Amino acid sequence: MALSATGLLLTLIPSILVVTGHLDLATHQSWMLGGTLLWFISAPFWMNKKTG
Amino acid sequence: MATTSSKLVQQLDAVNEYEREPIPPGKRKGLGSFIGMYAGEHTAGTEFVIGPLFVAHGVSAPDLVWGLLIGNLLAVLSWALICAPIAVRTRVTLYFQLEKICGSTLVKGYNLVNGVMFCFLAGSMIAVSATAVGIPFDIAMPGLGDLYPNSLGWVLTVLAVGAVVTLIAIRGYEQVSRFANLAAPWMPLVFIASALAVLPELGVHSWRDFWPQAEAEIWTGVVQEGQSKFTFWHVMFFAWFANMAMHIGLADMSVLRYARKWQYGFSSATGMYVGHFIAWLASGILYAVWLQKFGNAEFAPGKIAYYAAGLAGAACVVIAGWTTANPTIYRAGLAFQALNPRWKTWKVTLVTGLVTTLAACFPALVMKLLDFVALYGLLLMPMGAVIVMDLYVLPRLGMQDEYARRTQSRFNVAAAVTWLGTLLVCLLLNFTQGIEIFFLGLPGWFIAALLYVGISKWQQRNLRAPAV
Repeated sequence: MALSATGLLLTLIPSILVVTGHLDLATHQSWMLGGTLLWFISAPFWMNKKTG
Repeated sequence: MATTSSKLVQQLDAVNEYEREPIPPGKRKGLGSFIGMYAGEHTAGTEFVIGPLFVAHGVSAPDLVWGLLIGNLLAVLSWALICAPIAVRTRVTLYFQLEKICGSTLVKGYNLVNGVMFCFLAGSMIAVSATAVGIPFDIAMPGLGDLYPNSLGWVLTVLAVGAVVTLIAIRGYEQVSRFANLAAPWMPLVFIASALAVLPELGVHSWRDFWPQAEAEIWTGVVQEGQSKFTFWHVMFFAWFANMAMHIGLADMSVLRYARKWQYGFSSATGMYVGHFIAWLASGILYAVWLQKFGNAEFAPGKIAYYAAGLAGAACVVIAGWTTANPTIYRAGLAFQALNPRWKTWKVTLVTGLVTTLAACFPALVMKLLDFVALYGLLLMPMGAVIVMDLYVLPRLGMQDEYARRTQSRFNVAAAVTWLGTLLVCLLLNFTQGIEIFFLGLPGWFIAALLYVGISKWQQRNLRAPAV
């Protein structure tokens, strides 16, 4: 679950850094992709576990 | 291979969705299932279209924010106070409940219209996904004025996306729910992050900059060529009635009948305020940046999201399209299956998916989405009014509910005249009074309710001993 949460944070936080001028758009996109991959790889291990 | 195929067919035949019986207590679902489903379903591919269309229709920033806040509240109340209590009380699908009231012949006509509209809606979602899938192949995307397929590449991309969505949909509600649950927490974050990341390009560098720039650069109130002007009232009624078929039209009985409590209807707030508020605002911001950078020659949500969020943005458009297209195709399948209950759910869903995919090839489904969504809700709404009157009002006035079941009738004249009469009055209001389609749902519901009660009173004047 911690990995999945990290994935979600990596999806969102970089965009805030773009607004504040600490990150450029291309770097934000790379972090966002990393966060997305982390979420979709890790989340199935605990989501829907009860029904799965 | 033959063994594998027949095993698959056996598995698919075993998918039992309780089409003609109440949901048993053991199969009811907890609040979490509905929160995930609504959040996922209403943070969909079409949100990438609706937000930009508000920009194109020249909505001002205050009109948009207030219109969405109030309209979405009215939508949540419609789910929670109308649809969910009926779903939990009856525990059956909309189609089965209608059959008991309207009779099998009339319900077949209704199901056909319902299923076709669901196909078109799912088709628009598949088309939106295709605008992202086509990016690596540099496919020419349709523009705001395109109504017909504009390239072979576009058609092939839509066919590929439609095939995958259909394969997922035929596995039934469980599979759909799991898929939506997995993507639900991630999708809204992509919408929000994409919009935040492009704000500096609109001159927003701090929270204080946002509102002045929103009024000056995003929702400027300036209408794009070929579009009509939208006001607060357009936004409010659109937000309320965007899912009119689902809440007031009671199509979501098919889903909410699984709820343990009627209060789960309030879980629709996740879909409304995440999907129909945050996501519509976010996609409007993305489109404003796209317009400034590239103009309005192409209207491709996939490309717009890719510009702001890279591969994650493009993936979001694809997945957002899937998570809504799946339950919509599933609902369409239920509608068509009601025409002949002996048909297997998965076979009906397969054919439904094929029809949907063919419809998705036409960009008109995307470019005219606001009008189509309003029409779709309006067409199905009168039968929602019929069910509400039948359950709550007719017995209190000393009349029989479920007229068709009690009288063994296959065609309830009261319901048929109510449905067609309401649509006829709405059509007249549109043509003679110039009332736009977005505003017809509210008077239409009351017209339907009055018609059904009045005609039922006449119809049941000689009906005596109550049959059970």
